[in-house]
Amino acid sequence: MNVQMSVNGDSISLDVPPNEVLLDTLRTRLGLTGSKDVCRTGDCGACTVLLDGRAVNSCLVFTAEVDGSDVLTIEGLVEDDKLHPIQEAFIEEDAAHCGYCTPGMILSAYALLKEKPKPSREDVQEALAGNLCRCGTYYAATNAVLKASQKLREIQSS
Amino acid sequence: MRATVPAFDYYAPDTIPELLNLLGRLDSPSLIAGGTDFIPAARLKGFRPANVVSLRNLGKELSYVTIKDGLVRIGALTKIIDAQRSELVCTRAPCLHEALSQIGSVQIRNRATIGGNLCNASPAADSAPPLLVLNASVETIRQGTGRTIPLKDFFLGPGKTALEKAEVLKEVAFRPQEGGSSFEKLGRTNGEDISVASAAVLLKISGSKISEGRIALGSVAPMPMRALQAEKMLSGKEPSAALLDSVASMASDEAVPVTDVRATAEYRKSAVKALVRSAFARALERARGG
Repeated sequence: MNVQMSVNGDSISLDVPPNEVLLDTLRTRLGLTGSKDVCRTGDCGACTVLLDGRAVNSCLVFTAEVDGSDVLTIEGLVEDDKLHPIQEAFIEEDAAHCGYCTPGMILSAYALLKEKPKPSREDVQEALAGNLCRCGTYYAATNAVLKASQKLREIQSS
Repeated sequence: MRATVPAFDYYAPDTIPELLNLLGRLDSPSLIAGGTDFIPAARLKGFRPANVVSLRNLGKELSYVTIKDGLVRIGALTKIIDAQRSELVCTRAPCLHEALSQIGSVQIRNRATIGGNLCNASPAADSAPPLLVLNASVETIRQGTGRTIPLKDFFLGPGKTALEKAEVLKEVAFRPQEGGSSFEKLGRTNGEDISVASAAVLLKISGSKISEGRIALGSVAPMPMRALQAEKMLSGKEPSAALLDSVASMASDEAVPVTDVRATAEYRKSAVKALVRSAFARALERARGG
């Protein structure tokens, strides 16, 4: 079936079978491999993308269901070859070890900070609870998100 | 690509009459709302839907949390996260707010719907125990007129509901709670997980005595259940440690859990005692205005 959507700001029209999930459309049809393919059951969060501004597991969404929606992947965060402040903060706080969970964590953080520019530590922990990290970077990642929230507020007010 | 979902025919009706028409003529149609139970079931659990009817175009019509004719009404396609955060749920049904906050992760709650959680009829559906103590009912839609079904009669067994062919959930409704309520859940981890056991307690207080108490349990029977014998022990009693001991034991006796990948039946029985005790303590504190 035909699906029209916006992916990272580009309008895209695709023919996909109804049983194809968004994760596979992004990775195999559009070459956007930043969204990671890990558990495929909505447990790990490595495939997290923003669907109309909300963090979702792209392995649990049929592409047919997102017709007319806006999708943001990790590739869409970079502007003019410049990393997003959340990405910078993850590097500064050494919040990525193997890095497999990182794109999903950053997108969960992005959704949180859009909604709540000044989150508490508990807010960050709740927002990242759906992103599992086998390297155990939770503490550094939480710090990175808090640091990014400060950076973003400084950018906003300058 | 691995472990893909088998192929199916896909329909996405734009209106409720169109939906009912499709459901009437298709052979064994399967509804999809948020898809967070649907996709893992199709991928891993041998669920093989031939005809899939998507509710995505009806989201606008059936997503709401409102109060009308004295009842809080939550539309079937309301996302769990929206119901969880709604002012009405937070203030009029704190136990429901607590339960919804603990369903999966933010990513899951952003897709999953209240109607999906109920219609999937999992014994572990976290929205069910609080809705049971709130004495909720569901409204259905079908050809002609819909029905009102008390939630206690809605669940018939694992994955089975009282909905008939070509009948869908419209909303779940309940009276704003009086007294205090609480929901407690035990998973294998403190983070997002499916309940090993859960308990919701609602208490109304009159003077120093309990005028009415309701207790519901999740994950310890073929369907979410009320612990009616334990409830009977509460009416007209002064809350005390001894009373709580016997109520928690009775609730545990009423539970009929199974052993599965998450826990043994024996463990679930003792978990019920602990969950009822802590939900009771918090509900009591809230009923007293704490």
